[in-house]
Amino acid sequence: MQSMTSVPLSWYLILSAILFALGVAGFVIRRNLITVFMSIELMLNAVNLSFITFSYQLKQVDGHIFSFFVMVVAAAEAAVGLAIILTVFKNRSSLQIDDISSMKY
Amino acid sequence: MDAILFLIFATIAVLCAINLVVQKHPISSALSLIGVMASLAVLYLLLGGEFLAAVQLIVYAGAIMVLFVFVIMLLNAGAERRSNRSLMATLFGVPLLAAFLALVAYVIQRGLPPTEGVYFGGFTQGTPRAIGRVLFTQYLLPFEVTSVLILIAIIGAVVLARKEI
Repeated sequence: MQSMTSVPLSWYLILSAILFALGVAGFVIRRNLITVFMSIELMLNAVNLSFITFSYQLKQVDGHIFSFFVMVVAAAEAAVGLAIILTVFKNRSSLQIDDISSMKY
Repeated sequence: MDAILFLIFATIAVLCAINLVVQKHPISSALSLIGVMASLAVLYLLLGGEFLAAVQLIVYAGAIMVLFVFVIMLLNAGAERRSNRSLMATLFGVPLLAAFLALVAYVIQRGLPPTEGVYFGGFTQGTPRAIGRVLFTQYLLPFEVTSVLILIAIIGAVVLARKEI
């Protein structure tokens, strides 16, 4: 009865893989520091979807907990990362990663 | 009904993600990312993660993305310059990405054992009560370590935002 309306598990995993691959592509292609950072967030979201899908399949809540921790780490990472971006912009007055290729001077 | 909802929101998520990668202006990318996160929250709901769907909207689409948009507007970030990209990269990049995704989809389809499909209501452990119970008993130590991590992040942000680095 449920097979009429149910979605195959693999669709969720494939969607997660597509989103992760797009995140990697954005990370490599884009030249703006903030957009690169947003691509990382996209990858984290894709991984969260995988965690929750497996949590559904195994009928255990552990995947939700992991996903929750990933969100916490992402929030901390966003705070520190954006502070770093602000500092970089203050020193170089540019957000292009081509201009920020050297570590010092 | 489940399949229709999944297809609608999966399509929105993928289109928004493509838009994120393609757009030149960071604010367009940020708005696309909010679209991805909101549609992923619907998919979490379909998978039985009520608590995580709410947290996804409040923490991710709310707090983190507001931070991003705030920084983009503070720095007055304009559209990015085109860098001199090689012809080969533009020619082969997209087909190779599509081929890679097709390979991953094939492996996932073949590698998974035959399972029952996902239907709404098939998993009822995602309530705040169930998550809180596991979080404060089995995962108490990671939870406490997370608070230290957040404290370090706060200190790091304050140190980085000071005048002279």
